Amino acid sequence: MKKIILMLFVLSYVSAMAQDDLLKMLDNELKGPIYSTATFKSTRVINGQSIESIAKKHLDFRISHRFGALNSGFSNLWGLDEARIRIGLEYGITDRLMIGAGRSSYQKTYDYFAKYKLLRQSNRWFEPVSISVFAGAYTNTMPTAPDMKFYNNLERQMYVGQLLIARKFNDRVSLQLSPTFLHRNKTESQIDENDVFGTGIGGRFKLSKRTSFNAEYFYTVKKIGTSYLRDPQYKDCLSVGFDIETGGHVFQLHLSNSRGMIENQFIGTTTGSWGKGDIFYGFNISRVFSFDKDAKKTHK
Amino acid sequence: MKISLMLLLCFVIGKAMGQDMLIARNGQISFFSETPLENISGLNKNVTAIINTKTSDVAVKMQVAQFEFPNKLMQEHFNENYLESDKYPTASFTGKIQEKVDFSKDGIQAVTAKGILNMHGVTKERTMNGKLTVTKTGASLICEFNVPLADHKIEIPKLVFEKIAEVITIKTSFSFVPYESKK
Repeated sequence: MKKIILMLFVLSYVSAMAQDDLLKMLDNELKGPIYSTATFKSTRVINGQSIESIAKKHLDFRISHRFGALNSGFSNLWGLDEARIRIGLEYGITDRLMIGAGRSSYQKTYDYFAKYKLLRQSNRWFEPVSISVFAGAYTNTMPTAPDMKFYNNLERQMYVGQLLIARKFNDRVSLQLSPTFLHRNKTESQIDENDVFGTGIGGRFKLSKRTSFNAEYFYTVKKIGTSYLRDPQYKDCLSVGFDIETGGHVFQLHLSNSRGMIENQFIGTTTGSWGKGDIFYGFNISRVFSFDKDAKKTHK
Repeated sequence: MKISLMLLLCFVIGKAMGQDMLIARNGQISFFSETPLENISGLNKNVTAIINTKTSDVAVKMQVAQFEFPNKLMQEHFNENYLESDKYPTASFTGKIQEKVDFSKDGIQAVTAKGILNMHGVTKERTMNGKLTVTKTGASLICEFNVPLADHKIEIPKLVFEKIAEVITIKTSFSFVPYESKK
């Protein structure tokens, strides 16, 4: 009897070494970290940068609009009669480094930036978050005017540095923290300091495979001790919106109390107030093209 | 005494089975979908496969997120929208080679593997035809098969600009070496 049981045991052991065990053997062979993809749909959360960058040899053509204030009334069709626009071209030099340039009609400002992915979130314990660094510069090309006099071209320059730290918690929820330093060589308001310190906090919640709800808030330090850093007319920027992805394009539709679409504007000089309906409807359209001919060849 | 003998036997058998294994660690799986607008192609170079030469059982497993696309946007869509690699990180096939194969002799022969394909969290019975080449140092296998996306609940939405073929042709190639377990 004992022998039979033992024989059965041996037999079951052998037959258990069948297909499922082959799969288990393969589990030990699977290698390589799996990096999180698509923490955000686009290189912008809404106004602010996301940790995402454009892939190597890919070009992102971006058109962004911000309409007039919602509280501007029927005669202005609640803002739709007028728009500020930014056109941008952004390119991936490597899978981690991207550069870009754009022109905003708001204050006739040129922007140039670089973004580098320092760390990519993966399934390995020492890579729990993605971290990117962002550096941008801005040139205001408005003609000099009594309320904003430029005595030389250096006064037209502004600079920003950001650390972008994000985690994709699951396929639906991603959150990002964006500590920011902004420097203006000349500020629009005399009582506004040249340097602005702050942080952005933003995130997305996927509603379906192709749409997500995004929100973003940029806090700036108003005073240190008893000394005020900011002109009280400037507000923190709050934006909410949706990302809709249609294959080739990403549409971002949103409401924001900032009309500016670049860092020096939405972090530095946001004057709109959500409470008064002084907010702006807007959208970004992003179209990414691949110029990676080598990769295309290897896939033939 | 007898028990320990039996356990020893188990161990020996298990060990011996390990020696009857052929493994491929850098197998390739690719697919190509030709469309009027833009071609879609993906390639995974880290596919693992194993053959038990005694029983002719085979298993294939891969990490879905390791497919690479020339167009990174498509890669993102592949992972996010179609295969949902966060939810279903791996795809696998387990089956049995139907023909008798002599792994001790060099030769080329057409083989058929019957088994279960697990993709996008949906299992489906499937028969695949391939060509198996046995050499002194191991074996190589190439295989081509079609997968209707609907079989694995991979939806193609109406409102996308990428037109995706409803049936995708998948090409695989593996080169096998004798299995040695990693210590």
